[in-house]
Amino acid sequence: MSFPWAKQYEPTNPLMKYLDEKLPLPRFVYNAVGAGYPVPRNLSYMWNFGVLAGFCLVLQIVTGVVLAMHYAANSAVAFDSVEHIMRNVNWGWAMRYAHANGASAFFVVIYLHIFRGLFYSSYKAPREMIWLIGVVIFLLMMATAFMGYVLPWGQMSFWGAKVITGLFGAIPLIGESLQVWLLGGYAPDNAALNRFFSLHFLLPFVIAGCVILHIWALHIPGSSNPTGVEVKSESDTLPFHPYYTAKDGFGLGVFLLIYCAFVFFMPNALGHPDNYIPANPLSTPAHIVPEWYFYPFYAILRAFTVDFILPAQLWGVLAMFASILVWFFLPWLDKSPVRSGHYRPLFRKFFWFGLIPTMAALFYLGGAPAAEPYVMLSQLFTAYYFLHFLVILPIISSIERPEPLPFSITEAVLKSDKKAVQGENASPAV
Amino acid sequence: MIRLVGILVGLGFAFVSLLAFVVGAYNQATEPAAETAEYAFHEPAHNPRGGFSFDGLAPRWDVAQLQRGYQVYKEVCAACHSLNQVSFRNLADLGYTEEEVKAEAASWLVPGIDPNTGEASTRPGLPTDRFPDPYANEVMAAAANNNAIPPDLSLMAKARHHGSAYLYSLLTGYQEPSAELAERFPDSVPGPGLYHNPYFANLNLAMAPPLTTTGQVTYADGTEATVRQMSQDVAAFLTWTAEPSLVDRVSMGWIVMGFLLFVTILAWLAKKNVWASVKPRRED
Amino acid sequence: MATTTDTATSDHVAPTGANGEVAHEDGVRRRDFIEIAAVASAGVAGIFTLIPLISQMAPSADVLAESTTELDISALEPGQAIKAVFRKQPVFVRNLTPEEMAAADAVSLDDLRDAESLADRTQVGFENILVVMGVCTHLGCVPLGAAEGEVKGEYGGYFCPCHGSHYDTAARIRKGPAPTNLQVPEFTITDTTLVIG
Repeated sequence: MSFPWAKQYEPTNPLMKYLDEKLPLPRFVYNAVGAGYPVPRNLSYMWNFGVLAGFCLVLQIVTGVVLAMHYAANSAVAFDSVEHIMRNVNWGWAMRYAHANGASAFFVVIYLHIFRGLFYSSYKAPREMIWLIGVVIFLLMMATAFMGYVLPWGQMSFWGAKVITGLFGAIPLIGESLQVWLLGGYAPDNAALNRFFSLHFLLPFVIAGCVILHIWALHIPGSSNPTGVEVKSESDTLPFHPYYTAKDGFGLGVFLLIYCAFVFFMPNALGHPDNYIPANPLSTPAHIVPEWYFYPFYAILRAFTVDFILPAQLWGVLAMFASILVWFFLPWLDKSPVRSGHYRPLFRKFFWFGLIPTMAALFYLGGAPAAEPYVMLSQLFTAYYFLHFLVILPIISSIERPEPLPFSITEAVLKSDKKAVQGENASPAV
Repeated sequence: MIRLVGILVGLGFAFVSLLAFVVGAYNQATEPAAETAEYAFHEPAHNPRGGFSFDGLAPRWDVAQLQRGYQVYKEVCAACHSLNQVSFRNLADLGYTEEEVKAEAASWLVPGIDPNTGEASTRPGLPTDRFPDPYANEVMAAAANNNAIPPDLSLMAKARHHGSAYLYSLLTGYQEPSAELAERFPDSVPGPGLYHNPYFANLNLAMAPPLTTTGQVTYADGTEATVRQMSQDVAAFLTWTAEPSLVDRVSMGWIVMGFLLFVTILAWLAKKNVWASVKPRRED
Repeated sequence: MATTTDTATSDHVAPTGANGEVAHEDGVRRRDFIEIAAVASAGVAGIFTLIPLISQMAPSADVLAESTTELDISALEPGQAIKAVFRKQPVFVRNLTPEEMAAADAVSLDDLRDAESLADRTQVGFENILVVMGVCTHLGCVPLGAAEGEVKGEYGGYFCPCHGSHYDTAARIRKGPAPTNLQVPEFTITDTTLVIG
């Protein structure tokens, strides 16, 4: 399961020896994120986001458990109980803002993590399983975040719940009864709020379980790296601890600086003012939008405005789910033998000038009002999104001539080191 | 096989969204969406001159201003608007002593029950009571206000974009609709019981201008109660009611950021040291 | 191979000096110091984050604000008692009759399990106003005796039905399992107003 040169755990302290015999938990940690895990020596800071995502999950669970001690999941008092947390509970405002902005931070980190995976084709064999579990985690996160946003029972909570559960109503035949079943009523109310709270509490622990599987699957082939060349010898790797613990520690510090700036200085910047208005089933906000991290998918949902064989609404729902489900098939859609985008000229062009602008545009358009030209633009970018993953990627991976790969990670490191020394600005990239 | 199916599915979704694009473009070309009055005549909120004391990264509460704002709320707004997230005891934040808070609470009547008969009645407020609703229920509120229920004001400064500036702009922004508006959008000229205000989302609101004349409130501290002054004061007060932790939060934030910066610099040095022994020196 | 590194020999930074480092004795100490400082300050940051996590469980501001109770006792006649609520628990306020006060004072302190005189338990000038928590000191039941017609126990004060603790007219434990007298909360009386807490 690991490289033959991986260091072995050798406890010297009698207590640790005893523990190792009875329950080898320290050995497990040592092999998972300690010196016993050899990691490619050339990982960039793009490889920090896995650890950061794990940190965000812990952060959300801790602050969430604390908030659940004060929150009341009842449609009559939910809004007031959140205000009670903000006003009366000791440090309640800090807990709530940390949790609300923590959700955003979690998604920022996860999107960067996915971005890394897409550019370096981390989804390719032998790492398909890591990627598949990752997509499952992402889907669970979306469900958790959606239900969490309903809990304050403000206007956006209520109408978000109504719109999203309304998507299920678009399914032919069973749609309406499915929607009523999901809500436990004809519109979001106490029953829906209570089940959302229950699931919002449960799912993070399911995510934690999937994260363990994700890391387990990672430790079988080991981490990928920016060259995409597999580890060949001991000189290609460094032990995770202390090298990558130190690097991740610094990355965590930078992350926390940005995160705390949001929590303390602009805690509502990523939220919607409407959610400070108590839920009112009789009055719709002028502009219903989900949280920012759902914008691309919301833009895709709204892009389908024409009935073509199927009703437009159903197209939107199918496309929204398909836009994430395509990720499950990426390992098989992209057949290029080369992983890293650094050595794939054609792939790189489509990635930087196709996919990235498309995602940026969809992020913007999902938050824009449902008016022209926004809808038309989101239709164009939606078309590109599907073409990119389902048509362009399979084709370029067959016709592209990759650039020559370095023989090994060590060679790649040495070469760039020489280049750096020859060039005058020899400052090592930090 | 997967790729073949994938290509077909991808082309399918792309085709339908492009079809929608073509239909949308055709509709847009043949019958462009009419411009709306809300879009053409809405004005963005602006701060009063000099801004608010709690804006920016070194916020503080101007306690005298909050007290004046409270007075405006009590004497003007409270006739129609509730403040139901706020308790009288919170007024201690505005610099009132415990005795003053008790006296202030007692000057409001809150719903209670007659201790002998159990019938609904009112009693003087206690510091632990919330500010009372001016109306017993929504039906009464709607009936008294031409069917427009006056919203609770506790969170108003957070429930609108640029809340503090919005409140100030709205309160000082009542005006006659311009001739241009009347000409281009005759439907947007306020009907009976509505008042034109370019800062309000749909330009016409049911609240009559609440602050109209200098001296409408007699400030205890002698400040001249101009409409602008009263608007600014009550906007500040409502910012406090919406986010009483604002000043504490930001000052706590600076401590946290300072300490985090220190730890992060140490972490960076530690990382450099750990990696210093790795040759060749390449840390992409 | 010049690229072979020497790093895999220890799980800590191992500057083996293979690259001709000058004065690496000091270097080692400085490096160790920075790493220890980084880990320690991160630990301090972690400990500080425990403060909000722990203090959020303490009573919130609205609970603390309700931690005093004010009562008007002008209508409380001798021999009458009222039940009130203080910090979500019952509190008994009794206006003692002269006979009850005499009965309480007649008991020798040496005979008491928890020696306190009536004067110890009341405010100077208002020795007839006895304010006690309605919480039996045995296991926390609410004793009887405050309301009209309730059993007052063998000593004419309060009686706890759970395990048969008898309290006298000064609410001192006289018989039964309770270890101490009914607790007297902090209170002050001014004219007709009783403030508990």
